[in-house]
Amino acid sequence: MKTRRETLSLLGAASAAAASLGLPGVARAQAGRVVIVGGGFGGATTAKYLKQHDPGIAVTLVEPAERFYTCPFSNLYLAGLRDFGAIGHGFDELRALGVEVIRDMAGDVDGAAHRVRLAGGAELAYDKLVLSPGIDMRWDAIEGYDATATEEAPHAWKAGAQTRLLRRRLEAMEDGGVFVLVAPSNPFRCPPGPYERASLVANYFKRAKPRSKILILDAKNAFSKQGLFTAGWKELYGDMIEWVSQSDDGRVIRVDAERREVETEFGGRHRADVLNVVPPQKAGLIAERAGVTDESGWVPIEPETFQSRAVPDIHVVGDATVAAPMPKSGFSASAQGKVVAAAIAAMLDGRAPPPPVWTNTCYSLLSPDYGISVAGHYRLADGEIAEVPGAGGLSPADADSAFRRAEARYAAGWYEAITQDIWGRRW
Amino acid sequence: MCIRRSAAAGLGLLLACGFPASATDRDTVSALAAGCASCHGTEGRSPGAIPPLAGTPRAVLTAKLSAFKAGDDPDATIMSRIAAGYSDDELEALARYFANLTAEEEQ
Repeated sequence: MKTRRETLSLLGAASAAAASLGLPGVARAQAGRVVIVGGGFGGATTAKYLKQHDPGIAVTLVEPAERFYTCPFSNLYLAGLRDFGAIGHGFDELRALGVEVIRDMAGDVDGAAHRVRLAGGAELAYDKLVLSPGIDMRWDAIEGYDATATEEAPHAWKAGAQTRLLRRRLEAMEDGGVFVLVAPSNPFRCPPGPYERASLVANYFKRAKPRSKILILDAKNAFSKQGLFTAGWKELYGDMIEWVSQSDDGRVIRVDAERREVETEFGGRHRADVLNVVPPQKAGLIAERAGVTDESGWVPIEPETFQSRAVPDIHVVGDATVAAPMPKSGFSASAQGKVVAAAIAAMLDGRAPPPPVWTNTCYSLLSPDYGISVAGHYRLADGEIAEVPGAGGLSPADADSAFRRAEARYAAGWYEAITQDIWGRRW
Repeated sequence: MCIRRSAAAGLGLLLACGFPASATDRDTVSALAAGCASCHGTEGRSPGAIPPLAGTPRAVLTAKLSAFKAGDDPDATIMSRIAAGYSDDELEALARYFANLTAEEEQ
């Protein structure tokens, strides 16, 4: 009996013959079978760009949600500046491109047999598997902060019910209250995210509850775009936002969600009116089930193809991967998805993958018309992902308000463009 | 002059000699161009505030990209930081790629 892969290669030969006879439809049906787990920035990009490279590749996307809600721009929602619906994206355009979208959750992966088992019981065979599992929270990292505690002290670090809960809490808070944001150590999803959140919550407070305070308790001594954030905070919000570094006793080690109280490592205690805990994270569970994570909880990959270093024919993209110096951002995940799509299309066609190139841009809004950015440009150097010298970097520290306004406008333009690029805007 | 037109007519690439006009070149340029889509929209057809690329004359794109890279475009915000990561040949290939696309998606 022939194995599935032998059968496929035979089919491949047959389809090559068919192609030479001018039967592209026949050839294209046999280009290979790719299963993608996760419909976020990484997974949905991979699906779309695989179809763009070769419509004959059979692409199946497994995603439990009917719509994917993005973390990027969820801070605008928290500030009352954008509807929740406006950060949700469906999969109809991917379906129109011929992607089979299965609304289910991947429960297990058998890498040796090249099969994925879904929570609903179905099994899917693949030639190539792409995991875009995002993050899971480490519930053992901060004493008292587990899944139950998120009902009183939301993390809101996966966009959805948690984001809405945090917005309700902020709305219900009285003027003069204290919003405490607990920020994790590196690496974590969206390095500038906590500081953009503090900025936009300050923007909301300034309009709606001007006597309120924001306290960021941080497990780090430095953070992304720190100089730009702190200068902007002072300019826009005076002393409303206070940041406490790890060395100033900012690292939270215990949470009492019911009392909305936190304790820091050197014995400090803080009571919040609204408590938002962003805990330490790891790769989403399916990565662990597939056996591609290491002891760090993240996924080591071969940079050129983002193929797992542990299990062949499994590619992993996005926040779950160890891809430093690329940050864990939606933009990075999408850039990685494009590299994976190009690599898989080439490999299934018997060609070498093109030289990878990745870009990243993280815009952050300090107010609706005050934007800052950091850009990164990455290529392979000695087999590793490396920043291209002389490229990328931060918005200038001395920029005028017209520059900040332009970057805020481009931030909104970026969101429209990347969500259109990934999920489409036909629906 | 050692420049020739690629067999990839759809892309209309001008390639410096030494690079075969093969599928690999198409892959390389389309991999570079895919990066632009994250801000400028799929195939450079921007839906929002960021300028579109598709259908812009090659000379306009080349001049703009060179100015960004040289750091002397007075309106630049992020593009000076991004253009700095590409070789002149890559910027030229990208200008040709987007100039050869239609501004509107073909049905």
